[in-house]
Amino acid sequence: VSVRTIRGRVAVVGVGETAYYKHGQAPESEVALALRAILRACDDAGLDPRQIDGFASYSNDRNDPSRLAAALGLPELRFSNMQWGGGGGGGSAAVGNAAAAIAAGYADCVVVFRALAQGQFQRFGTAPPAATVSGEPALTFPYGVISPAQRYAMRVTRFMHDHGIRHEAQRAIALASYHHAQANPRAVMHGRPLTPEAYDASRWIVEPFRLFDCCMENDGAAALVLVSAERARDLKQRPAYLLGVAQGSEYRNAARGHNAPTYASASFTTVAPRLYAMAGLGPKDVDVVQSYENFTGGVLMSLIEHEFFAAEEANEFLTPENLIAPKGRLPLNTSGGNLAECYMHGLELQIEAVRQLRGESPNPVPDARVAMVISGPMVTPVSSMLLGSEDAL
Amino acid sequence: VSVSTSYLPPGLPRPVPEPDGLDAPYWEGTRRGELRVQRCRACRGWQWGPEWICHRCLAFDLEWVAVEPRGRIYSWERVWHPVHPALHGRGPYVVVLVELPHAGDVRMIGNLLGDPMQDVVIGAPVEAVFESHDDATQPFTLVHWRRRA
Repeated sequence: VSVRTIRGRVAVVGVGETAYYKHGQAPESEVALALRAILRACDDAGLDPRQIDGFASYSNDRNDPSRLAAALGLPELRFSNMQWGGGGGGGSAAVGNAAAAIAAGYADCVVVFRALAQGQFQRFGTAPPAATVSGEPALTFPYGVISPAQRYAMRVTRFMHDHGIRHEAQRAIALASYHHAQANPRAVMHGRPLTPEAYDASRWIVEPFRLFDCCMENDGAAALVLVSAERARDLKQRPAYLLGVAQGSEYRNAARGHNAPTYASASFTTVAPRLYAMAGLGPKDVDVVQSYENFTGGVLMSLIEHEFFAAEEANEFLTPENLIAPKGRLPLNTSGGNLAECYMHGLELQIEAVRQLRGESPNPVPDARVAMVISGPMVTPVSSMLLGSEDAL
Repeated sequence: VSVSTSYLPPGLPRPVPEPDGLDAPYWEGTRRGELRVQRCRACRGWQWGPEWICHRCLAFDLEWVAVEPRGRIYSWERVWHPVHPALHGRGPYVVVLVELPHAGDVRMIGNLLGDPMQDVVIGAPVEAVFESHDDATQPFTLVHWRRRA
C-alpha cells in the first residue's frame, strides 16, 4: 500500500539566523540580513552555499529568490516558491513546500527563509497611510479595527466566553516564553524577565490582550536548509526529519467581515488532524511544541485544536509549570518565541524545533524525539509541522 | 436611527466601494438608512460579506435585500492602543460583531455607542445606528450599534 506522506523523506540539515534586533534597529539592509542567515544555515549544515538550488518563503517576503540566487552566484535556480497569504501562517507550509519540491525531484537543496527590517518598510502593527479603503478593510478600518491585534481579539473573546477560559491561561503562555528567553542569549528579551505581577499591571492593547500577550516586532533574518533524507545522513549535523506537514483552513474561513462559520478558532480544526494522520502520530507522541504567538489567545486555541488538552481543561492545563522546560508536561516556545526571542515572523520557531531534536536548545527537553511547530493562528491559510530525530522514524 | 456626530474622530480611512462595484449596493443602502445583505435568488441563502457568486448553490444571481437593522452581540473588543494617528488620545472605544438571526446569522462589524467602559454582554440585543458623513469628498455612512431595551 502506498501512503502519500512526506514522512522521513526530507530533513532539515542546517539552521541559521542573524542577530535579532528591535524593530528599526537592523544595521544593514533587509536583503543583506537574508543573505547572512542563509550563509549561516549553510555553514551549520557544512554545505557549500553554491549547492542551494531552490528557495521557499511566505508572507510576500520582499527578497525574491532570483535576486538571492544572483547575489549568491548560484549555478542554477530550480525552485522558487511563495506561500500565499496568511502572514505567519505560512511558516510551516513553506517548509512543507520546500520538502515537496525535494521529494518530487524539482530541486535538491532548498532554503526556507524569512527576513524583516521593518524600519526600512511599513510596520505590521501600525495603520497603512491611506485616505480611503475598499473591500474587506472598508468593513473594519472605519470602526477602528485595523491592526492584527484588533482583527483577532474578537475571535479569542468568543472562544474564551464559550469555554469559560480565564485570563490566567493567556498569562501562563506569556510567562513561559519570557522564562525560556532568559536562558537564550539570542533573545531580544534576554535579561528582561517577566513576573506575573508585571504582566497583570501591563496596559491593555485591545481586550482581551495586554501588552505581554502581543508579539514583538523585530528586525532580522532566519533560514533553514533542507535536503533529502539520504543526503542528510552524510552531512555534519543530526538531521531533523520532516514527519508531516499540513496547511489550509476551515470552510469559508476567509468569508469577509468576520463571517467565518468556525469563527472562534485558530483555523487548525481541519489542519491538525491531517498533520497527525500524515505523520502517523498523535498529541501524546509530541515532546515539545513551538506555537506561533501573534497573541497568546491564538496559542491557547492552537494547542486545543492540536488536541493537547480540551477547551474545558485549558484553565487547569495552562500554568507556567506545565509549559516550562525541562519538566513541564508540554514545554512550549522554548527559545522565547515571537514574544521574547524574536518576531522573526515565526521562523525562529522552526529553528528552535530543530535545535531541540539536536539537544542544542537553550532550554533542552531531555531526549526530545518529536517536535511540533504551529504557524500563524487565526489567519488563513495556517500550517503546522512535525519534525523528528532519527529515533522517531 | 441616525446620528450626525461621529463616534470615532475624523481622519480614519474613508470607505469607498470596490472598483469592480461588488459592494456598491451596500454602501448606497447605508446612505438611505438601509442595512442591505446579499441574498441568492436561486436558493434563497443569505450571504455576507459580498461575493459575485452564491457560496451555497454557485448561482451568479444575488440580490440585495434590506434587512431589519437589529441583531445580537456575537463578540466584542475594547480597543486601548491607538494604531492610527487619528486615534491618538481618543481613549478606549468598543467594537462589536453583531449577528443577524433573521438574515442567516450573517455578522456585521461596528462600534457600540455609549460609554466605552460599559459592560458588553455577548448575546445582548442591539439595533443599528446610521452615522452619516455628508461633508466628506465622497459622502458615506457608517453603521454602528446600540443596546436595545
